[in-house]
Amino acid sequence: MKGTYLGEFEEVVLLAVAIRAGDAYGAAVVNEIELQMERTVNLGAVHSALNRLQEKGLVSSEMGGMTAERGGRRKRLYTVTAYGRRVLEEVRQLRNQMWDAIPRTAWS
Amino acid sequence: MKHTDPPRFISHFLHLFLPLHRAEELEGDLDELFQQRVNEVGLREARWRYMRDVVSLLRPSLMRRGKACLASTTTNNISPKPTHTTMLRNYLKIAFRNLAKNQVYSFINIFGLASGMAVAMLIGLWLYDELSFNRQFKKHDRLAMLWQFVKFDVEKVAYDIMAIPLAQELRSHYPDFESVALSKSRDVIVAAGDRKLLKTGNYVEPEFIDMLSLNVLSGTRFGNNDVNSILLSKSLAQALFDTRNPLNKLIKLDNKQTVKVAGVYEDFPANSTFDDVMFLVPWKFYAANDENAKRDRDEWDSNSYQIFVQLKPGADFRQVSTKIKDIRMKRDNPPGYKPEFYLHPMSRWHLYSDFKDGINTGGLITFVWLFGSIGVIVLLLACINFMNLSTARSEKRAKEVGIRKAIGSLRTQLIAQFFSESLLMALLAFAVSILFVQFTLPFFNQVAEKKMTILWADPLFWLAGLGFSLLTGLIAGSYPALYLSSFQPVKVLKGIMRTSRSATIPRRVLVGFQFTVSVTLIIGTIIVFRQIEHAKDRPVGYSRSGLIEIGMNAPELYGHYTALRDDLLNTGAVADMSESSNPITVQAGGTTDISWKGKKPGSKPLVMTNYITHDYGKTVGWQIKEGRDFSRAYSTDTASVILNEAAVKLMGFKNPIGEIVRRGSPNRQFKVIGVVKDMIKEDPFRPVSPSFFAVEYGNVNTINIRLAPQLSTNESLAKVEQVFKRYSPDSPFDYKFADEQYDRKFGAEQRVGRLAGGFTILAILISCLGLFGLASFMAEQRTKEIGIRKVLGASVFNVWQLLSKEFVILVVIAFCLATPLAYYLLSDWLQSYQYRTELSWWVFALSGFGVLTVTLLTVSFQSIKAALMNPVRSLRSE
Repeated sequence: MKGTYLGEFEEVVLLAVAIRAGDAYGAAVVNEIELQMERTVNLGAVHSALNRLQEKGLVSSEMGGMTAERGGRRKRLYTVTAYGRRVLEEVRQLRNQMWDAIPRTAWS
Repeated sequence: MKHTDPPRFISHFLHLFLPLHRAEELEGDLDELFQQRVNEVGLREARWRYMRDVVSLLRPSLMRRGKACLASTTTNNISPKPTHTTMLRNYLKIAFRNLAKNQVYSFINIFGLASGMAVAMLIGLWLYDELSFNRQFKKHDRLAMLWQFVKFDVEKVAYDIMAIPLAQELRSHYPDFESVALSKSRDVIVAAGDRKLLKTGNYVEPEFIDMLSLNVLSGTRFGNNDVNSILLSKSLAQALFDTRNPLNKLIKLDNKQTVKVAGVYEDFPANSTFDDVMFLVPWKFYAANDENAKRDRDEWDSNSYQIFVQLKPGADFRQVSTKIKDIRMKRDNPPGYKPEFYLHPMSRWHLYSDFKDGINTGGLITFVWLFGSIGVIVLLLACINFMNLSTARSEKRAKEVGIRKAIGSLRTQLIAQFFSESLLMALLAFAVSILFVQFTLPFFNQVAEKKMTILWADPLFWLAGLGFSLLTGLIAGSYPALYLSSFQPVKVLKGIMRTSRSATIPRRVLVGFQFTVSVTLIIGTIIVFRQIEHAKDRPVGYSRSGLIEIGMNAPELYGHYTALRDDLLNTGAVADMSESSNPITVQAGGTTDISWKGKKPGSKPLVMTNYITHDYGKTVGWQIKEGRDFSRAYSTDTASVILNEAAVKLMGFKNPIGEIVRRGSPNRQFKVIGVVKDMIKEDPFRPVSPSFFAVEYGNVNTINIRLAPQLSTNESLAKVEQVFKRYSPDSPFDYKFADEQYDRKFGAEQRVGRLAGGFTILAILISCLGLFGLASFMAEQRTKEIGIRKVLGASVFNVWQLLSKEFVILVVIAFCLATPLAYYLLSDWLQSYQYRTELSWWVFALSGFGVLTVTLLTVSFQSIKAALMNPVRSLRSE
């Protein structure tokens, strides 16, 4: 196990998988990220991030059925595991905690 | 929906590198994104990003068959790739690790083989270029040029110039010819507006255009009735008119007649006889305007024109040659030089251009063979090295074989492993060699005076290259693959395995062969350069420094010799000036129409003709041996001649001064007033022909100028140019230096020398690389032995001697083999020169000594390193 450290991009991908719950495969994740972040991403980067997430046990995958729109090619559907969900929440909590710790005067 | 496809070819890579189920999934994603992006950002952008995505997918983390991936692929059982690819990948990995571990060996091995391959490739390209000379012409197998053999004296001499009426004769009486074309090649000043260029072009009959299947790019070719028209090559049209349309523009030739541009043709290919032909003008134009051509129209014995013919399909060159051989002799008044006509087929023009006594003896083809064999030899040397080193290295891997076998490797698998390893090396070397060729080609082109490129698009080139790499890889890999794989694991792992003494014998034979070749090449190179030096050191008979020659192309230059001479001398930039019938480095023609007291009746020796002005001797700096130079003080000098030594010898004069020579058609008498030392105007490797010099102001075409030594060349030339512009404002000032022209006579020999020198250095380098590798390997193998010897009291010198002895013996044997071989080959080569150097013994000795030194240096580096090692360290292990 590689440890639970979550990179910035991995976090984004993991969130995208969560948003597209039930229909999260490579191209969909790319679309989601491009939509949300308004920047282009490489398919390769997404897939390798998904791969790493899976190795860390944050997502699980399954081959989906055939669809006409992909010329009969199947897609691999990713879902966030319970562990993945916990890690996401931890990250969020950590962020909030740090946000709260910023003293008001820092912004002035 | 799909008018638009993604660049599918690139996604094939995915299938190549990724597991099947992965590729399917990814391709689906790629397609989906592509279709979506076509609508969003357009086809171009979508394609671009498709490719970018594919490239980004080819990353190791995805190529690895993720365990997690496979594990979770439970719902469907796509068969993973067969397991032996894992093994193949392991072989590759081991191969690369071996390369990385022994960097020196890998470098020597790959670099050596690559340079050998690069040399072979360069030579191959050169051969290809030479052999494809003139082949671009569609009808090349039916075209020929007329030559005639004439007998002036003892031997038949070959000329490619004919008489004008012969063309008509061939056309009307010999049905074997499909077409016949007269041609005259000349340097002409071509002027359009203020642009004036001196260019070579041909005056040809229209049949010539069809023979060469001229590719007319714009406009039309000229026909039988056109006279004042011209066809320009594309490059000349561009030089004269830039981008403007040249058609129907007027062009002035030699500042005299005007012709109209009828068309533009594609330049003749660089490796063809006609590559310098920049324009074509109808023969009729030449026949109507040129004085000589008018005079020669019906002259059967005035030979100055070329005749090209095209045979009918099925006609044989040889048979037709015999039919036309005696055309002239059958006519009235057969001339004394007995011309025999001969058809020289186009396919032989370039490589077989030498004639000796009426027989086609070859020519450049000798070099094709020479370099072909050098290429093969260098390649062979490199292969030998490669094999030697590979086999020597492989013994170190006996243990690996043992372990692999112990874990269950089959013999076939081991064979496959070693073969794939040596194939990998050979292919790497091939890739490196292509890089080498790419970098050295410009330089090579310069030395060889060619315009060659790598034949990227030629499948034959790749087939040959890859095929050769495969062969080398297989041969080099055969020893480890077949021999090592037969080891018994128990013995190897216990360490009982000993390589027998006999295994090194083939290796020694190969090294010996390498040295034989190297020594031969060294001797050859030295002799070639000595031969060039020998001819260069010959007394020339005149002084070349600061001597320039200017062709009198413009009519304005004729007719005011004294005024021009005075003007030139007044500039102070000119030491002397004269005119002559040909440049000092060229002998234009000779005559047999000459006689003297005591000439053998019936003999018709050729005596070279030189017409000069009074100041010629002083200008070129000839050396009077007897008598005096021409002088204006004697009005009788228009009826005098000066002979060279060769002519005096031919005529057998004891006291040449005052003798009478008769020549010319009214048979005038000329008195010999002087004898000059032989001047080398022709081939510096041959004896000087008998020649005479006579004063004739009307029969000149070249201005010779000796620049004053006080001024710099540039200053002088500028002043001379000013004078020329005054007399002939419309011609370009075009001059040649006599010393440069003279040096060109050595062009062929010098090129051979330089190339042979280059190849020799490479051959030695490759041999040394191999030797170095081998020596270090041997030293390593005997580390323990050396350690023990040192413990027992051997000195560094003893050890050095021990390790170097074997190689020295090899070199001595190689030298003994190479000496007679080189002697035989080179004396044969030197036979082809009448003026030749000697094969001195010291050349051989020097070569042998040189190779011995290089060998010792190479080997010593390793042996001294081994000898200096502390025995404690080499004996400590185990």
